[in-house]
Amino acid sequence: MASPTTGWKLERLPAPSQRASIIVPFVSIILALVAGGVLILAAGQNPIAVYRAMIDGALGSKSGIAETFVKTTPLLLTGLGVAVAFRMKLWNIGGEGQLYLGAIFATWAALYGFNSASGWVIVPAMVVAALVGGALWGLIPGALRAYLGVNETITTLMLNYIAIQLAEWLVHGPWKDPASFGFPGTPQFPDAAWLPNYGTTRVHLGLIFGIVAAIILWVMLRRTRWGYEISVMGESDRVAHYAGMPTKRTILLVMALSGALCGLAGMSEVAGIGHQLQRNLSPGYGYTAIIVAWVARLNPIGIIGVAFGLAVVLVGGDQLQMAMSLPAAIAPMLQGIILFFLLGGELLTRYRLVRIGSDVPVTEGAGD
Amino acid sequence: MDFLTVGFTVSLLAAAITYGTAILLACLGELVTERAGVLNLGVEGMMLMGALAGAATCLATDNVWLGSLAACGAGAAMASIHALLTVGLRANQVVSGLALTLFGAGLSAFLGQPIVGVPLPTSFQTVRIPVLSEIPVIGRIFFQQSGMVYLSYVIAIVLWFYIAKTRGGLRLRAIGERPEAADAMGINVNLLRTWYVILGGALAGLGGAAISLDTNPGWVENITAGRGWIAVALVIFAGWNPARALLGAYLFGGVEALNFKLQGVGVAVSPFFLNMLPYLFTILVLILATRQSARVRLGAPDALGIPYQREDRG
Repeated sequence: MASPTTGWKLERLPAPSQRASIIVPFVSIILALVAGGVLILAAGQNPIAVYRAMIDGALGSKSGIAETFVKTTPLLLTGLGVAVAFRMKLWNIGGEGQLYLGAIFATWAALYGFNSASGWVIVPAMVVAALVGGALWGLIPGALRAYLGVNETITTLMLNYIAIQLAEWLVHGPWKDPASFGFPGTPQFPDAAWLPNYGTTRVHLGLIFGIVAAIILWVMLRRTRWGYEISVMGESDRVAHYAGMPTKRTILLVMALSGALCGLAGMSEVAGIGHQLQRNLSPGYGYTAIIVAWVARLNPIGIIGVAFGLAVVLVGGDQLQMAMSLPAAIAPMLQGIILFFLLGGELLTRYRLVRIGSDVPVTEGAGD
Repeated sequence: MDFLTVGFTVSLLAAAITYGTAILLACLGELVTERAGVLNLGVEGMMLMGALAGAATCLATDNVWLGSLAACGAGAAMASIHALLTVGLRANQVVSGLALTLFGAGLSAFLGQPIVGVPLPTSFQTVRIPVLSEIPVIGRIFFQQSGMVYLSYVIAIVLWFYIAKTRGGLRLRAIGERPEAADAMGINVNLLRTWYVILGGALAGLGGAAISLDTNPGWVENITAGRGWIAVALVIFAGWNPARALLGAYLFGGVEALNFKLQGVGVAVSPFFLNMLPYLFTILVLILATRQSARVRLGAPDALGIPYQREDRG
C-alpha cells in the first residue's frame, strides 16, 4: 500500500495548548453565529436584523436584562446538576424530569404539606422537598446503573417524559384548581411561599440559590476527597476500582446530587415565577443545561457565565417571537450550532495540523 | 367491551406493526451506525428533520414517495454533521449526538412553522397484497399495511442479510469490532464509518417520514415525541441484531397501539398514565436486555464509541 506522500496530518499536542483553549471557543462561537445566520438567511430573514433584535431584547432594556437573569436561574441550577454527573461521565440527560419532580414536590409542600406555615418555614420546606424529589428521580437511573449496569443516558431521558406526564396528570386531575374554569393548573401558592423578588422585577431568590450552589460545588469538587474521587472515576472505572474507591456508592451520590440540583431549579420556577404548578413549566431547561455544562467545561464557576450567555439566546429568541413573529425555536437551533462548533473547535486545542511530504524530498517508492 | 376477542387482538397486532415501523426504521439506522463503531444519540433530531422534510415535500409535490426520499436526504444531511465531528474531528460522540438532537428539534420547529397543522394532500394508504392478504390472521396483520411498512420489511431483511452474510457486512463488523485489524486488511476505516453514519441517518429520516406521512400525517413541532430515543434503547434490546430489532419495534408499536385502543374504548385509566407506558416499557426492556447481554455476552461492538486513529507511522 502506498501511503500518500503529501497532504495534511493531525499531530497530537503533548498538552492542550493554553492559548488555543482561550481563542478557539471565541472563534467557534462567532463561526456558529455566522452558520446560524446562513440558516436564518435561507429561511428568508435578515440575520443581522434577527441578531440585533435578539441582543436588544435580552440586553437592551432594564426589563430585558431582568428577564435574562430570570432565565439564567434555571439554566444555572440544571447546568450545575448535569455537570456534577458529567464529571463522572454519567450522562444524566434527565435534568428536565428532575426539574419537574422538584417542582411537583415543592408544590406539594406549598399547597398541602406546609400551606399555613410562615415564609421562614414554608420556603425551606419547599427547598428540601424539591431536593428530595429531584434526588429520587436521579437515584432511579443511578441505582439501575450502579447495581444492574443499565445505560443511564436512556433511562434518564425516558424519566423526563414520565415526569412531564405526571405533572400533566396532577394539574388536570387531583391538584387542579377548581376555580380555574377548565384551565389546567394548581391553585396559586400562599403568599408566604412566593420567593422574594429583586425590586419590582421578576428576578427572584432562586438566582442566589444558584450562585451559592455553584460556589459550594466548586469548593467541593476542588477541595474535597470526594470531588477528587469523582474525577478519577470519570477518567477510568478501573483505576478507581483498584484504588479502592466505592464506585457504586459514588454513582448513587452523584446522581442524587445531580437530580437534587435540577429539582431545586423546578422549585425556583414554581415558587419564584409561576406561583403554581402549571403545564409547560420548562421550555427544555434540562436539555439546554447539557450545553451549559459542556461549554463551561464542567466548571461550576464557568457555568454561571455560560448560563447567562445562553439565557441571552433564550430571551432573545422569545423577544424575536414577539417583535418579529419568528419562532422562538431559533434559540435551540442556535444552541445546537454553537455546540457543534465548540466540539469541532476543541480538536484544535488538542491537535495541530501539519503538512506532510511537501518539503521532504520524495524519492521513487518512498511509500513502501 | 370487546376486549380480548380475536378481532380486537388481530387489529391490535396490525396496529402494532403500523406504529412500530417508524421506530423500526430509526432503530435499524442506529444499529448499522453502532455496528460501524459510532454511537449517534442524534436519532431524535434526525427523525424530526426527516418528518419535516417528508411532510413539506409531500405538500409541494403531492407524492409520498418523493416525501420519503426527501426525508432520507434530510436525515443523511444531519448525520453527516455527526460524521464530520466524530469520525473526522474525533469529537466526543455522546455530546455531538446530543447536540444533533437539540439542533434537529430547533431547526425543524423553526423551518416547519409555516406548515404546522396543514393537512397533507395525500398520505400512505393501505395496500392489500394480493393472495398474501387473504391468509387468515397473518394476512390481516402483515399484508394489509401501507407502502412504507412494506418498504421497512424489505429494508430489515436486506440489512439482516447484508450484515450476516456478505463481504460488505463482514467489513462493517470489522470496523466496529477491530478497527486496527480492518485497517491492516486495507479497509479505509474512517471513510467506511462515515458512510454508515450517513446511511443510519437516512434510515432515521425515513423513520420520521413513517410518522409524518403515514401514522400521523402532517407536521407539528416535536412530532416524534421521543421515538428516536426509544429506537436508541431498542438497539441494546436487539443485541445489535436486525431480526431482534424487528421484534422489539413491534412490541413498542403494540404498546403505542394499545394506548390508542384503550383510550378509544374508554378505559377508566387516566390518559396521562397510558401515555407513560412506552417510556416505562423502554426502561423495563433496557433492564432486561442489559441483564441478558451481561449473561450471554451478546454485546456491543468492541470499538463502539471510540474514534479510530491510526498509529503514527513516521
